[in-house]
Amino acid sequence: MATTNTASIKLREFLNGVKGELPILLGVAPFGMIYGVLATDAGLSALDAQAMSAVVFAGSAQFMLVQLISLGTPALVLILSGFIINLRHALYSASVAPYMKPLSPLWKVILSYMLTDEAYAVVIMHYQKDDQSEYKHWYFLGAGLTLWTCWQICTAAGIFLGAQIPPNWGLDFTLALTFIALVFPAIDDRPSLLAALSAGAVALLARGLPYKLGMIAAALVGIAVGLWSEKR
Amino acid sequence: MSSIWTVMIVVGLLTFLTRLSFVLLLERWKPPQVVRSALRYVPVAALSAIIVPELLLVNNTLDFSPGNARLIAGVIAALVAWRTKNALWTIAAGMTAFLILENFVL
Repeated sequence: MATTNTASIKLREFLNGVKGELPILLGVAPFGMIYGVLATDAGLSALDAQAMSAVVFAGSAQFMLVQLISLGTPALVLILSGFIINLRHALYSASVAPYMKPLSPLWKVILSYMLTDEAYAVVIMHYQKDDQSEYKHWYFLGAGLTLWTCWQICTAAGIFLGAQIPPNWGLDFTLALTFIALVFPAIDDRPSLLAALSAGAVALLARGLPYKLGMIAAALVGIAVGLWSEKR
Repeated sequence: MSSIWTVMIVVGLLTFLTRLSFVLLLERWKPPQVVRSALRYVPVAALSAIIVPELLLVNNTLDFSPGNARLIAGVIAALVAWRTKNALWTIAAGMTAFLILENFVL
């Protein structure tokens, strides 16, 4: 009986993860398709374009890489640029690490591979909830797999439909809206409010920095301000 | 074309290792209390750093004016998010506001 019970809790976490990730797909889908179109325009074969979505699996890095490839950028520069633009994921890694500590190496590998902006945003809010579920990694897996599948399918759609993809009707804006839906309920005291405001302000001031380094700077300042305001 | 594969595999590997970095590090290393407290602010700070420019930058210039549909729709969405804590309502309210402002008002 106990095993059946555990299995059903895992399944419920997994399905809740799928459900939690669904709204974000509205915003991700147009980006996936546009990536597929851009990659083909940059001269990548269908196989190369699709493989990049599976191997790199990071939207903004993929956009940047195909643009740089079409400009004939040397491989070493491509590698460095791709690495730096994804450095912000180290923040996410630190953020989920305490929750992932009890997991097996295989789980750590699979979930880390899935640690994109869009999966992190949904998953961390679930981890931070007060309930004591031991199976939140199944939620992570459900959310991560949902996003991954959507990204692969939308890439393929972009590659094969090419210029015929419909206009996105401002659907890309739903990505910002989903992040708003996730963040605002999490701002529940003064330190987190100040962290959010200062991070937002620095993100604007540092918008000129390349490779999303402004976003890292903004997050670090926000974290520091949050900590500082706890103490007064 | 083989150099594209080299780039993909190396960038993919570096990205994966970045995402895995602290997950592995925290297996062995117990961070000081200040770091553990700091982690609480990562999601709010990181996601705000993504949201705010999305609402306020139009063609890479700041637009605080009421003519900025994303800003107004974002503020409405934020109010709905705060009251309902529901992603679908937030998106529906924000998108409705955005589409009305874009197409009929501004």
